[in-house]
Amino acid sequence: MSLLTVENLEVRHGLLRAVRDVSFAVDEGEVVAVVGANGAGKSTLMRAVAGAHQPAEGRIGLDGVDVTAQRAHDRVAAGIALVPEGRRLFADLTVEENLLVASRVRRPGPWDLAAVVAAFPLLDGLLKRRAGNLSGGEQQAVAIGRALMTNPRLLLLDEVSLGLAPVMVDTLYDSLGTILSGGTTVLLVEQDLGRALGVARRVLCMLEGRVVLDEPAGEVTREQVVEAYFGLSRAAVPDRATAATVQEEPA
Amino acid sequence: MNWINAIVQGVMLGGVYALFACGLSLMFGVMRTVNLSHGDLAVLGAFLVAVLAAAVGISPFFAVLLVLPVMGLVGVALQRGILSKALRTGGMSSMLATFGLAIVLQNVLLEIFSADSRSLEVGSLSTAGLQLGSSVSIPYLGVLTVVVAVALLGGLQLLLARTGIGRAIRATAADADTAELVGIDSRRVYAWAAAIAVATAGLAGAFFAMRSSFSPSMGPTQLLFAFEVVVIGGLGSLWGTLVGGMVLGVAQTVGAQVDPRFSIVAGHAVFLAVLAFRPQGLLGMRRSRT
Ligand SMILES: Nc1ncnc2c1ncn2[C@@H]1O[C@H](COP(=O)(O)OP(=O)(O)O)[C@@H](O)[C@H]1O
Ligand SMILES: [Mg+2]
Repeated sequence: MSLLTVENLEVRHGLLRAVRDVSFAVDEGEVVAVVGANGAGKSTLMRAVAGAHQPAEGRIGLDGVDVTAQRAHDRVAAGIALVPEGRRLFADLTVEENLLVASRVRRPGPWDLAAVVAAFPLLDGLLKRRAGNLSGGEQQAVAIGRALMTNPRLLLLDEVSLGLAPVMVDTLYDSLGTILSGGTTVLLVEQDLGRALGVARRVLCMLEGRVVLDEPAGEVTREQVVEAYFGLSRAAVPDRATAATVQEEPA
Repeated sequence: MNWINAIVQGVMLGGVYALFACGLSLMFGVMRTVNLSHGDLAVLGAFLVAVLAAAVGISPFFAVLLVLPVMGLVGVALQRGILSKALRTGGMSSMLATFGLAIVLQNVLLEIFSADSRSLEVGSLSTAGLQLGSSVSIPYLGVLTVVVAVALLGGLQLLLARTGIGRAIRATAADADTAELVGIDSRRVYAWAAAIAVATAGLAGAFFAMRSSFSPSMGPTQLLFAFEVVVIGGLGSLWGTLVGGMVLGVAQTVGAQVDPRFSIVAGHAVFLAVLAFRPQGLLGMRRSRT
């Protein structure tokens, strides 16, 4: 049975329909990548699954249980954890406090302070530091570690490589490799297509709020994904590609 | 010796002010909002203690213990009924809402209890004290107030700094949405913070009523003093609030020693001096964000 089921999901920001009629399922242990241009609705989808944003329509199920009406903290207790875009650490808390504050849900599992530090060796020695004073890469490691501290069944990663030096991204993905191979079900948003196709077993591509491609990573070519990414297979709009790269990242 | 006595009395008065400011400081720290009904909630607490003590014939100290949980529930109702919606609207709406509540509370108290001043009888404790030399006396009630203020503010500060619950409260204060994403029920944290804040307001009102007369109209003045205490001590620091209370109390009594008319003015002057020369407060730190 699927661990996560999303059915006919519609999520709005005011009048804007950021996610439209999205349906897909993720099996236990599967790693699924979500790709798409900026503004395609990836973050909105992730936040809706995590419960940070209430959908206007549709249903979200975790292991057969409808969690659509549950608030975010209840979904954490049920086993969904989101590493939000932009990290969103508690800047005035120490690294250790950022990690421990996420262990109050008391879900049983392998992740605790020691396990997180072992998985992210770059955090060794930083535990007493104020989280706001860390480098971007260190902060991202804390953000991932914080989500792991809840011992999730489903880990949602939203652009963990955003704004980081390539070397740092490699380090993070090395650490993630151990996590990904540990059987945790993962849904990840990744801008770097090569990396997304490398770690994921399946890839979903979003375009203007819809899922326009949902294929096993091994059976899809880079060209097919790029086409879906920019909506080139639909009536070709010449400036679609430039329009899609317009940045709207929050600070 | 009169000056020493003025300082001693100021510290005792500062205990009451610190108690008043405790809830205001906590609510600002956690919800980032100034509860303008704080002073009137304190008066409500004083009246509840007075009515209960008179009706059942128990000591005001015992009545306080019974009133505190009631005030806590008032805090939860305040949070659930008024603040949660107003905080979501953002901007000034939570301050406007609590301002409205302040006016309603004051008028309801006025309607029920009339404008007359009254006091809370604690028997011989109101005058008993330790006489040191000819001019310094240390009232037991004042010592008790200071001890309660230190225990309360210190206890809350330790709770926030050292415990898991405290971490959850600080995380929620920093970013409630993200706190939810790590499994914290932010509404429950807010409800607890409001409960503690309003209960301590009631406690402050009761201690105030034990040392001087009170009436339904004194809420705004107490709110102003509490506000000054929080600013003097530094926003977001409970130790600062304790220190701020003492500083304001001592400023007022030393001012009164110079000339009784200077009492309140001296307090305001210290407040303004802190704002001018150390805007983050005596123990406050400059806030920073990622
Ligand atoms: N908080 C918000 N308020 C209003 N509009 C938003 C908000 N967040 C995102 N949007 C809009 O929703 C659409 C989808 O955004 P988002 O989910 O962040 O896309 P992605 O993560 O794929 O870049 C965009 O048009 C964006 O401008
Ligand atoms: Mg995004």
